[in-house]
Amino acid sequence: MWNGDYQFLLSNLIQKDFKIRYRNMSLGVLWSLLNPLVTMGVLAFVFGRLLHSQQRNYPVFLLCGLVPFNFFSLAWGSATSSLVDSTSIIKRVAVPREVIPISTVLGNCLHLLIQIGLLLVFTLATGERVTWNWLWLPFIWGMFVALVCGLSLVSSAVNIYVRDTRYVVESFNAVLFWLVPIVYSFENISPRYAEVYRLNPVAAMVMALRRILMDAAAPAPSLLVQLSLGSLVTLGIGLFVFHRLKQSFYDYL
Amino acid sequence: MIEFNRVTKAFRHGANARLLRAHLQDAIKRQKPDYFHALSNVSFRIENGESLAVVGRNGAGKSTLLGLVAGLAQPSEGRVSVEGRVAALLELGSGFHAELTGAENLRLNASLLGLSRARTEEVYDAIVGFADIGDFINEPLRIFSSGMLMRLAFAVAIHVDPDILIVDEVLAVGDVAFQAKCFERIRRFKADRKTLLFVSHAPVLVRELCERALWLDRGHVMMDGPVNQVLEAYEGQAGA
Repeated sequence: MWNGDYQFLLSNLIQKDFKIRYRNMSLGVLWSLLNPLVTMGVLAFVFGRLLHSQQRNYPVFLLCGLVPFNFFSLAWGSATSSLVDSTSIIKRVAVPREVIPISTVLGNCLHLLIQIGLLLVFTLATGERVTWNWLWLPFIWGMFVALVCGLSLVSSAVNIYVRDTRYVVESFNAVLFWLVPIVYSFENISPRYAEVYRLNPVAAMVMALRRILMDAAAPAPSLLVQLSLGSLVTLGIGLFVFHRLKQSFYDYL
Repeated sequence: MIEFNRVTKAFRHGANARLLRAHLQDAIKRQKPDYFHALSNVSFRIENGESLAVVGRNGAGKSTLLGLVAGLAQPSEGRVSVEGRVAALLELGSGFHAELTGAENLRLNASLLGLSRARTEEVYDAIVGFADIGDFINEPLRIFSSGMLMRLAFAVAIHVDPDILIVDEVLAVGDVAFQAKCFERIRRFKADRKTLLFVSHAPVLVRELCERALWLDRGHVMMDGPVNQVLEAYEGQAGA
């Protein structure tokens, strides 16, 4: 069985994704900054100016929604097709298969870090201050990444057997944009749906982020429990399902 | 040590790249999936230090057999046991990426084959020296010739220090000088009581490297024995 150096393997796979993506771009890493800035500009214009949103500090409000959502949809989408894209590795090398979707998610974390940097710069530039509650940030981001890893383990494995899984994930993400409080606030949700709405872990992440950065407060304990429990359970299910399915990857690729 | 005990490997017809529609059709029609037996009831045992050539026509099950040894697939029936670190040179450039440079691919491939970071840096110069592709090591792989690609792949695989080396046909693309270098290296490898599993359609290479051969035909073992006898029988049948 394979008993190599996981850390070395992961770092090589992550670097591979990163280098391939940026080597042929003149602007390189700047694209990671440009993309959320453009989306934020458009949304701020439409919802802030044209539709007169009453939301205080609307640009930061938007970024708090866009940064986690962009990471979620990009990382989950690319990890879903990662196993099929790595056929040449799966059919020739006996590396532990889990490493492939997980390295794709972690590779997206490099862009995420750049975008978090952008978010924090914007937060400070618009007059919010640094508080001790910022210490919650690594924790909630860590949980969020674990959530995406869990979902990706399931969807990438299923995608080998049913090849349209990746399109289902893409469509799901397109719908999700409107089911997460990105352009609007959670307070606008009718109380009838509020409890169901809160079960969405991406929404929980956005709300926790706004609470920390814009209200200078710790996220509500119930929100933290929901986010961590949801993430860890998803990761556990992901590892279990992946383990069950991986025996036959070779036969179906 | 490699041991196959009554191993059968069956694949479902059209199992790959299925869309949801195909799955639904199966569920509605309740069709019994039809299976294709790539290997049927194959048994053999290779001791440490032995070198075995696997011969047979295209589609005889050679690649499936190598895949089982490398631990890439599970047998449908029977037992496969393999002891030791396996390095497989299956199909040229697998696990390599065209946009990365030779050096980047070298490290990526070493880590895929299970080498640690420290060990990779230790043998880095030896690998580059063995591959002997000059300044191309810093160029993207897409401009490599297939010969250079094979040089790099072989150099990495042999420096992983495997107990079992699987070589599937790829040596054929090397030039004479490099082939000689590979043979020399494989002989040293065999002298260290390591195991070689070799697939080739070139009888000269097979006789050069292996003492024993296994002849597969449509998933069945036709013959297993000394290389000359097996090759004679195989070539006689192929010529007939």
